[in-house]
This record gives sequence, C-alpha cells and structure tokens, in this order.
Amino acid sequence: MKDGVNGVALTVFILFFVAVTVMGFLAARWRKAENEHSLDEWGLGGRSFGTWVTWFLLGGDLYTAYTFVAVPAAIYAAGASGFFAVPYTILVYPLIFTFLPRLWSVSHKHGYVTTSDFVRGRFGSKGLSLAVALTGLLATMPYIALQLVGIQAVLDVMGVGGGEDTHWFIKDLPLLIAFGVLAAYTYSSGLRAPALIAFVKDTLIYLVIAVAIIYIPIKLGGFDAIFDAAGKAFGETNPATGAPRGALVPNEAGQWTYATLALGSALALFMYPHSITATLSSRSREVIRRNTTILPLYSLMLGLLALLGFMAIAAGIKVQNGQLAIPQLFETMFPDWFAGVAFAAIGIGALVPAAIMSIAAANLFTRNIYKDFIKRDATPEQETKVSKLVSLLVKVGALVFVLTMDKTVAINFQLLGGIWILQTFPALVGGLFTRWFHRWALLGGWAVGMLYGTIAAYNVSSPTQAHFGGSSAEIPGIGHIGYIGLTAFVLNVVVTVVLTFVLRALKAPDGIDETKPEDYTADAGDAGVSVELPKVGTGH
Amino acid sequence: MTPVRVVIALCLVAPFVAMLWVGSYSSVDPTFIGIPFFYWYQMAWVIVSTALTMVAYKLWQRDQRAQRARKDRTEARDGGASA
Repeated sequence: MKDGVNGVALTVFILFFVAVTVMGFLAARWRKAENEHSLDEWGLGGRSFGTWVTWFLLGGDLYTAYTFVAVPAAIYAAGASGFFAVPYTILVYPLIFTFLPRLWSVSHKHGYVTTSDFVRGRFGSKGLSLAVALTGLLATMPYIALQLVGIQAVLDVMGVGGGEDTHWFIKDLPLLIAFGVLAAYTYSSGLRAPALIAFVKDTLIYLVIAVAIIYIPIKLGGFDAIFDAAGKAFGETNPATGAPRGALVPNEAGQWTYATLALGSALALFMYPHSITATLSSRSREVIRRNTTILPLYSLMLGLLALLGFMAIAAGIKVQNGQLAIPQLFETMFPDWFAGVAFAAIGIGALVPAAIMSIAAANLFTRNIYKDFIKRDATPEQETKVSKLVSLLVKVGALVFVLTMDKTVAINFQLLGGIWILQTFPALVGGLFTRWFHRWALLGGWAVGMLYGTIAAYNVSSPTQAHFGGSSAEIPGIGHIGYIGLTAFVLNVVVTVVLTFVLRALKAPDGIDETKPEDYTADAGDAGVSVELPKVGTGH
Repeated sequence: MTPVRVVIALCLVAPFVAMLWVGSYSSVDPTFIGIPFFYWYQMAWVIVSTALTMVAYKLWQRDQRAQRARKDRTEARDGGASA
C-alpha cells in the first residue's frame, strides 16, 4: 500500500460518486406515474421495467461489490474452491427459467409485492408467511452490511480512513457520507434510483474487467506465467494448518464441497428478497424469460473477475486481509486515474444492491409484519410511508453493525443468511407448483432446516475462528464434506413430506388458497393483469 | 408431455449434469492460452448453457403458440357446433 492518500484516484472516485448521487435524486422523475404514493410505485418502480432495465437491475443487484471483492479474494486465498461462483451462476438461470415466470404471474394477478405475500395467499397461513418474512429480513441485513465492507476496502486502499490511531469519527466519516447520500436518494426515489444507477455501475464494471483481463496479463507475462506463479504459491505449506495453501483444481474430497456449494447457492439466490423485488418490477412474464438468456453475460464477467485472484498472486500482492487483494492489485497495476475508475466501479457496485436490498427488506416488513400484524387497515399511503422509514432504519442498522462489530461478524451472518434463506425454498417454489404440502408441515420443515443449519455452521471451526469457520461440514450418512445449507435443505424437504403425510392423515385444517391454477400462467394483457405496451422495433 | 417439452427439459437439465459432475473437469490439462482446463471449461459452459436456455426459450414460445392455436381451433369448432 502506498503511503498517504492517492489523490488522483480519490478525485476520480469522488467525481463518479457525485454524478451518481445527482442521478439518484433525478431518478424520481424517471417514468413518473400518476399515483406515486403506493408501494408498487416506490418499492417496485411501478412494475414497469422492460428487458434491458430489468437486466441492468438484476445484474446490479445480484453481482454486488462484495461479490467483486470476495470471489477473487477466495481464489487468491485458496484457488479452485473459490471458483464455485461460476457453476453457481450457470445453474441459477435454468432454475429461474422454470419458476420465476409463475411467481411473476401470480404476483401480478393478486398484487403481491413480496414472497411472503404469495406464501400467505397460497397457504392461507400468516405463521408461515411470517417465517418467510423473518428469514428474508435476517438474511438481507448482513448482506447490506457486507456492501459497506466492500466500500471500506476501497477507501482503505485509497488511503482514506486514516491509520489505527485516527479518531473513529474521522476514520468512518467517508463511509458515513456515502451512506447518508445513499439513504437520502433511496428514500426519495425508491427503486427507480438503483435502476438508473445500475447503468453506470455495470458500464464501469464491464470496462474495468475488460481492461484488467487484457492489460494485467500482458504486464505479468501471460496466463502461463500467472498460473505457474499461482501453482507454486498454492503448493507452499500454510503454517496455520500444516496443509498446502490451496490448489489449482479441486481434489477428490473437494469435489463434493464444490458441487454442493454451487447447487445450494443457486437454489438460494432467488429466495433473497432483493432478487424477487427486481424480478417483480419487470413489466411482463416474457421479460423474465428473455432475461435468463442474457443474464449469463454477468457469469462470464464473474469468471474473468475470479481470474484476477490468480493475477494478484502472480503480481506479488501480499495482504493480511484477503478482501484488500483486488483493490490493491488495481492500485499496483493501473495508472492512478484508472485505479480511480476501478474503485468507483466497486463503490457504486455497493450502492446499487444496498439500495435494492433495503427496499426489499422494507417491503417485507411493511407488507408482512406491519400490515399483517400491527395495522391491518393500512392504506397504500401509509404502507409507502412505513416502507420508506424502514428502508432508512435497515441501512442505519447495517451501518451500526459494520462500525461497532468486527468485520468477521458480518461475514459470519452473511454465511448463515445463505443457509437460512434456502430454507424458504419448499414453501415458495414448492407452493408455485403444488398445493400438496401442508402449511404446518412446511413450517416444521423450515424450523428443522433453520435449526440444523445454524448449529452445523456454529460447529465449523477454522484455524482463525472457533465457530462459523466456513459453510461446509460432513454430510451425515454420506460422509463427504458438503455445503451445510444444502444438507439442511434436504432435511427440510424430508420433514415437510413426512409431516404432510401425517397431517393429511389426521385431516388437519388446510388453509384457504386464494389463487387459481390459471393465475400461474397469466401474462400481461390478460384480464386483471397490467397491460404491456406494444414495443416498436425492439428485437428480442 | 410433448416431444418439444422433453427437449426443453433436456436443455434445462444438461447444465446441472455437466456442472455438478466436478470429476469430469477437475484437471489442469489441456490448458488454453495458459489457463487450466478446470477454469476455461466452466467458462465455456456459461456460453453453452446460455445457448441451451435460448433454445429452450424459443421452443417454449413455439409450444405456447401451437397450444393456443389448438385451443382456438377447438373453441371455434365447438362454437360452430352449438350455433
């Protein structure tokens, strides 16, 4: 790390940041609707987004700053095992191709804003809906906190934030400003702000990756030299574990972990409230299917990005905190002004998902806790007001979390969040295809999955941590090491099926299903569904 | 289950088989411009799976259209019979 502040990089960073802030506030006027005081408007952008806006929004939402920092950081630390993010994002798209259009249809037909709305309507169970809502909130909060960690990493490398003995207020001031601004425009513009800023974020990210993947290997003597250096580095023994630091390809034992992590994460991704928010904001069913064919472009980018982890090794980057490896690589390899662009890409990359996540969490709270349990006759205006306030509270919570607690706490919780959110899969995706599962059985399965996942994750130790040392543990009965979330999920499904048989035999009361089979295939233009405007001259 | 739907299902299942069978691609050789097989193979699958999803999408559209046309024909015939 260079001493002091990197002035050029910082200036470029601030320029981009100011530009994005202006866009964020102006976004409120973009595609403005007549009735702006409804949750559909503020929280789903009026459900009006077409293929390209949805593409940018989903990309901006799923591929977060933390992803950009953490995936190459995992490669930098251990090699092959960190690359599971690529098969994971490959598997996501065929998966959502099958179930998301159904969720879109039923949500548009019944005005659902969150996944819990659907679960309540489908199973007639407020208890199950509350369980899904709470899981969503619990999983999203640490995710927002991690976006802050991403910004912090960039600020650290730029030399802003001071040393160990700087007063805490001065040290955290840049982060406070960034978040204050983010909170203000999310409050005023709703989902339109991140949708608009996502254009800037993705353009910057694509630019930086394209340059990095060509420019850095040339400077380092080609991919041969890079992988040679990485292979040597991974072969060295790690003093903490007595085992090699990593490997270029996963060994026999690591393959189970690799595959289960990829599958489990793919199943979990679209259970997160923020992915659903971005999906429901699209204007037709077709937009979603079309998006599954163009979203993989981001996976390709993620794969290239992951390779930066190897380049960091070959470039001789030595950092204590792996999260700093990539920002540090950029600062070392790029001229100052372009390093500033790269840092802006990561910084803005944190703002977009943080905004969408806080909106999604706020929608969950308003619809499934406030309206269902606190104030049943809330008007759309009141709903929107509560949602706006909660979006602020959620961000303040995340900020306090990051500033007061150790970074590893946020990472631990995010790891747990992934395991937890996967446990809502049977109720949501199961519910989209069949009404056979009993609502209480789903609740039982969810509870077992949550409990098992939490305990198993608690018991994982690593050389640096006694608990929550990772997300993989031995799969009972199989003996291989696998992703805890997936094991918990299988357990969850088994419990749900068994309990459904039992409850059906006991004739336990089945809740009222307010949906009809044809609701799941309805598209824009059908009766009761908002109309898709005819497009002029746009190819698919 | 029409033959078209079987093809759609295959297109969507193929990436799962390919990606979860880690043993089939966990090797360094053959390398491509210096990148080990393990990495470029998975990146190549991003493109293959995108192509497969696209095929599935097109087939699905055609299937839906055919189904709707069939339904319309049946309705027209039934309507004609009762008139």
